[in-house]
Amino acid sequence: MSLDLLTYIFIGGSFALYIGIAIWARAGSTKEFYVAGGGVHPIANGMATAADWMSAASFISLAGLVSFIGRDGAAYLMGWTGGYVLLAMLLAPYLRKFGKFTVPDFVGDRYYSQTARVIAIICTIVISFTYVAGQMRGVGIVFSRYLHVDINTGVIIGMAIVFFYAVLGGMKGITYTQVAQYCVLILAFMVPAIFMSMQITGHFLPQIGLGATLDSGMSVLATLDKLSVDLGFAEYTSGQQSTINVFCLTAALMAGTAGLPHVIVRFFTVPRVKDARTSAGWALIFIAILYTTIPGVAGFGRVNLIETINGTDATNVGTAYSEMPTWFKNWENAGLLGWHDYNGDGKVQYAAGSAFEGGKPAFDGEARGIHGERAVTNAKVNPTPAPGAPFVTEVYVDRDIMVLANPEIAQLPSWVIALVAAGAVAAALSTAAGLLLVISTAIAHDLMKTCVNPNISEKQELMYARLAAVVAICIAGYFGINPPGFVAQVVALAFGLASSSVFPVIVMGIFNKRMNKEGAIAGMIVGLGSTMAYMIYFTFMGGSKDDLFLGISTGGFGFVGMILNFVVAYVVCMMTPPPPAEIQEMVESIRVPRGAGEAHAH
Amino acid sequence: MSTSSQDNASAYWAENLRIIITYLAVWFVVSFVAGILFVDQLNAIPFFGFPLGFWIAQQGAIFVYVALIWMYVISMNKLDEKYDVHE
Repeated sequence: MSLDLLTYIFIGGSFALYIGIAIWARAGSTKEFYVAGGGVHPIANGMATAADWMSAASFISLAGLVSFIGRDGAAYLMGWTGGYVLLAMLLAPYLRKFGKFTVPDFVGDRYYSQTARVIAIICTIVISFTYVAGQMRGVGIVFSRYLHVDINTGVIIGMAIVFFYAVLGGMKGITYTQVAQYCVLILAFMVPAIFMSMQITGHFLPQIGLGATLDSGMSVLATLDKLSVDLGFAEYTSGQQSTINVFCLTAALMAGTAGLPHVIVRFFTVPRVKDARTSAGWALIFIAILYTTIPGVAGFGRVNLIETINGTDATNVGTAYSEMPTWFKNWENAGLLGWHDYNGDGKVQYAAGSAFEGGKPAFDGEARGIHGERAVTNAKVNPTPAPGAPFVTEVYVDRDIMVLANPEIAQLPSWVIALVAAGAVAAALSTAAGLLLVISTAIAHDLMKTCVNPNISEKQELMYARLAAVVAICIAGYFGINPPGFVAQVVALAFGLASSSVFPVIVMGIFNKRMNKEGAIAGMIVGLGSTMAYMIYFTFMGGSKDDLFLGISTGGFGFVGMILNFVVAYVVCMMTPPPPAEIQEMVESIRVPRGAGEAHAH
Repeated sequence: MSTSSQDNASAYWAENLRIIITYLAVWFVVSFVAGILFVDQLNAIPFFGFPLGFWIAQQGAIFVYVALIWMYVISMNKLDEKYDVHE
C-alpha cells in the first residue's frame, strides 16, 4: 500500500475514533462540560493530563531542540517534567479539596476580591491563547506534508475536528478523546524510537541504547561528541549556556508547568483528593515514557542525519544531491530543508554555521537549480567556514524534522511513517482542545456567570460556554493560518506569566493563612508586570543582549518574576490587615482531605 | 471544616509540611545541584556509557520525579489514615 493511502487510513481512522467518543460522551450539564462530572478515574485522568500536556511542541519539536543544542536541552526535559512534582505536592490535592471549577474561582474566592479574580481571568486567557496558536500551526504543518493539502486547509480541517468534540462534549468529551489520543501519540513516538535504537545500537529501549557502544568501539555519545567537534559544533554532552541561565530557565519552566491553567483544571475532574495525588503520579509516568525517550531520539537522529548527509568517508565529505534519499527532497519541498551548492561539486555538505543569509532559506517560488534543488534567493555571497568548521555548510536543517523525518531517515516501513503523522496530529489536537476548554470556561463561568451576571441559568451558561469555544476556535484558527512570526517567544511568555503570577498566588493562598488580598494583588501585578516588561523589552524592542539581568534569558526571567511576586506579596501583606476569619477557615478546610465531595457549582 | 479537632488538624498539617519539605529537598538536589550546578564535575564519572551529569540532567532526574510523586502518594495516604482525615 502506498504511503499516502496508509496516512489517510491512519489519520482518518483516528479522527473517526475521536468523533465516536465525542458523540458517546456528550455533556449535558455545566458540571460535565467544565469538569467531566468530577468522576474520572485517576489512570484515565493521568492519560488525559499527559495528552493535554504533551503538545505539538513536545511531540514534534523537543527532540529536535535537544538534538541541536545538546546537553542544555535538559532545561526543557527537567523543566517540563519536574513541574509535576510541584503540582502534585503544592497545588493539586488542595485545589481538588477546594472543589470548584477553575483557577480564577480559587483566586477570587481565596482573596475575596473581584480584582484578583479578573487578573486571574486575564492570565488564564492570555496564557491559553498564546499556546493554542502554536498547536493549530502544528496540525497545519503535518497535514501539508502528509496529505498534500496546503497548510491553511490543514488548519481548517483541524479546527472542524476540535470544534466537533470540544463544543459538543466539553470536558467530558475532551477527557475521553485525550485518553485515545495519548495511546495514539505514545505509540507513534515509541515505535520509530525503538526501531532506531535497535538499528543503531541493538538495544530495545532507546533509554538504554543511548549509552550503548557502537561497532566502532565508541559509545553513541562519544561518537556524537566527536562528530560535533569535527564539524565545528559544540561538544554534545557539555553545556554552552551559562549555569545561571539554565538554572533560571529550568525553574521558570517547572513553576510555569505547575501554574498552567489547562493542566491544573484536570485535577478538578477526579472524585477525591487522594485521586488528585495519584492522578499526578500516573500523569508523570505517562509523560516520562515520552520524555525519557527524547534524548535517545535526539542522539540517534543526529548521528543518522550527519552520516546520511556527509557520508562516512572522511576525505571526500558529502553526498551527491542526485543520490540523496527521497526524504531529503520531500522535506525540501515542505520547506524544512534547503541546500545551496557553494563549492559547486554537486554534493551536499553539512557543518556548523548558517548556510543562508538570516538563517532560513528563502525559496524562489518553485524555481529549481541545476541539480533539481529548490532555488533560494538568500544564498551567501562569499561564504567562509564557521569558526572550527572544516568547510562551508551548505544545508539548512529545520529542527522539527528530527521527529517527523526520522522514520524516513532510518528507512522504516511506511506504516510507521503514517503512524507518526497520526501521532503528531493527536498531540496537537489534544492540547488545543484542552486549551480551548479553559478559554471557554474562563469566559462563560468566570466572566459571565461570576462577574457579569450571576443570575443566568445553567442552560444559558452552557450556551455561553459553547459560544465562547466557537469564538476561541476561530481565533485560534486565524493564528494558525496567519502565525505571528514570534511563536517561540510567545510560548516563553506563557510560561513566564504562569510562573510569575498563577503559581505563586495559589501556593501562597494554600500555605500562608495570613496572606491577604492586598498582598496577593500587589504580588501578581509586580510578578506579571516585571516579567512582561522584561520579555517585551528584550524580544520586541530590540534590547541588547549585554543588558540582560545577570545574563538571564527572557525564558528564564519568569523565575525572577516569581521571586519578586513572593517578596512583594509578603511585605505588603505584613503592612495590611489579615484576611477575614471565614477565609482563614476556608484555608484550614482545604488543607484537610476529608469532606471533599464532588466539584460543585456555587 | 473536618470533624477532627483543631489540634489534630494542626498536627496533621505540620507533618504534611515535613513530608513535602523532605521530598522537595530531594527534588531540588537532583534537578538543580546535580543536574545543573555540578553537572560538569559529575560528567567526569562514567555511568553505563553516559557521563553521569549528562545522564542525570536528561534522564535520571525524570525517573526520580516519578519515584518522588509515588512516595509522596504513599506517605500521604498513610498520614491521612493516621489522623483519620481520609475520605
